Amino acid sequence: MQDSLNITFSQFLATDGQLLEALPAWADDQQLLIGLYQQMVLTRLFDQKAVALQRTGRIGTYAPTLGQEAVGVGIGAAMHADDVLVPYYRDTAVQVMRGVKMEEILLYWGGDERGSDYADPAVAQDFPLCVPIATQALHACGVASAMKIRGEHRATVTTCGDGATSKGDFLEALNVAGAWQLPVVFIVNNNQWAISVPRKIQCAAATLAQKAIGAGFSGEQVDGNDVLAVYHRTRLALERARQGKGPTLIECMSYRLGDHTTADDASRYRPDAEVKQAWLSEPIKRMQAFLRAQQCWDESREQAMIKTCQAQVQAAVDAFEGVDAAPVESIIDYVYAQWPQALAEQREDLLERASRREAEHE
Amino acid sequence: MNEPSKLSLLEAVNLALHRAMNEDENVVVLGEDVGVNGGVFRATQGLRDAFGLKRVIDTPLAETMISGLAVGMAAQGLKPVMEIQFMGFIYPALDHLVSHASRMRNRTRGRLTCPLVLRTPMGAGIRAPEHHSESTEAMFAQIPGLRLVIPSSPARAYGLLLAAIDDPDPVVFLEPTRLYRMNPQPLVDDGKRLPLDTCFTLREGADLTLITWGASVHESLLAAAALSEQAVSVEVIDVACVKPLDMDTLQASVRKTGRCVIVHEAPKSCAVGSEIAAGLYERAWLDLQAPIVRVTAPDIPPPLYRMEQLYIPAVTDILSACTEVLEYA
Repeated sequence: MQDSLNITFSQFLATDGQLLEALPAWADDQQLLIGLYQQMVLTRLFDQKAVALQRTGRIGTYAPTLGQEAVGVGIGAAMHADDVLVPYYRDTAVQVMRGVKMEEILLYWGGDERGSDYADPAVAQDFPLCVPIATQALHACGVASAMKIRGEHRATVTTCGDGATSKGDFLEALNVAGAWQLPVVFIVNNNQWAISVPRKIQCAAATLAQKAIGAGFSGEQVDGNDVLAVYHRTRLALERARQGKGPTLIECMSYRLGDHTTADDASRYRPDAEVKQAWLSEPIKRMQAFLRAQQCWDESREQAMIKTCQAQVQAAVDAFEGVDAAPVESIIDYVYAQWPQALAEQREDLLERASRREAEHE
Repeated sequence: MNEPSKLSLLEAVNLALHRAMNEDENVVVLGEDVGVNGGVFRATQGLRDAFGLKRVIDTPLAETMISGLAVGMAAQGLKPVMEIQFMGFIYPALDHLVSHASRMRNRTRGRLTCPLVLRTPMGAGIRAPEHHSESTEAMFAQIPGLRLVIPSSPARAYGLLLAAIDDPDPVVFLEPTRLYRMNPQPLVDDGKRLPLDTCFTLREGADLTLITWGASVHESLLAAAALSEQAVSVEVIDVACVKPLDMDTLQASVRKTGRCVIVHEAPKSCAVGSEIAAGLYERAWLDLQAPIVRVTAPDIPPPLYRMEQLYIPAVTDILSACTEVLEYA
């Protein structure tokens, strides 16, 4: 049980990419470091494209992940394939790392349920995005309970924003995770804003991480714009969880550089100066500076990588735009394992409605 | 062979839980006080000893958590059977039923599913404290993707609960407290499931159809017996499976009798009875010889127990409605 009220803060990289303390042994793997960087760049390029697609009416509302790439990439890199992700809705970065296809993410935000039917078997058990705030934290505890009941050495990761920590679901999840020592890691992406409500009026606690203490386990803060810190602390927390040593809450200190969603206009409620200041701490620039200082990155590699990422994003857009319309029955046929005979008439009515509309269009 | 022992509805629930847990190791029971204590009504008695701590789980006291947890467990392939202590405490659990359990299959196109069961005692009539007497089944009947089952006899409790646990979709299973210990019946533990989408015709008749469910089945059968002494032949149907609703059986009965009274303990407006009446007017308008009459609680909260009998439809109320419908020219 947690008996310390001390909340630690972990950071390796300063905002200019300077190393603040020695890195753990895993950081000897340069390919891993480069991979983290590339994944953040891919996420940002995809994110920009998704926003552009929304602006031109090709997808619906989208929740940008701009500025928080390190949170998702750090978690995604720390997870094992057989762990389970129970995400919220600003989780493009980690979902892509898990194996969700970018075209599936576009399909989901583009208004098609098939976008949550992930094709890659590696993500077959991951939950789809969760829109109702903090409810996913409890689902993650259920997943973790199943792992514990079956004696598996796997762990569950669930994410949420800072606003979600105000919800009963979040606190009930922490409570049961502590009481049962569940193999679950709670990641709070504290991006400072819950739509228009800033962190300081969301909660009077000095940190959100300390909410774990009331539930009897450790909470900690990391620099959420430092992918190395997020990766390292999540990796350790997951290792403890898989070993049966219980849950951890990690509060990633980041900043939502974009709007809450494409339906939001953040300039209505927050000053430009604050956003400008936040750009100085964003995660990609500092990681690039670090890699360059390590002599394992240069301009030509940068250009080549951007080209590759852009091609990947474009391929995803093409795949998304090439998806055929779903059959009309599909909005009925997955509601139950088998559409009940008692509701057969409603199914026929829907098909009739569809053909009537089709006839009107002809 | 020995006579099968007589079991109450409550004992039948317990028997079905034992059987389901024996048959499938994925079945887990969770809720407040379901372990050592065997549940506040003792519906889960003996499960902890038989199946252990890992499968019979006392949860912290938080209903939202119980239902949210069940969603996660079910998505991992377990079959959680959760108990909420009383229907009056079910509302925090509603969010996870509405927003997640009932939609998971659809929103992932079948990739993840939620084969869970939520059991809770329902209804008034046991002189319980405030918030222990609700019948709010209509709230659940509105939720697509959910099944809603209300047994009214030991045999139906047994067969329907086994079927509910088997079912690949989420099922809300409401147990009328007033019937829990009433009229034990011989029950064989044969594992036979009952269908989850048909009504049960408890008594056949030619002159009038009494449609009911839950604890009101008891008074409806008494009313039908009383009417038969006056040579009126009443058909009594226990809806039992409220969602999806077997309108075919109800329609066939009303086409035969031409007269219909609906009896339920929930408040009158926007109730399951309203849905049944609307469906019958749509499907059997020309066969009706009298307007459909509903005998229900009024649109008020269940009163504290001194007045609760006034809230619950009694035999005399049902007889009065039947007389009105039978005399309609």
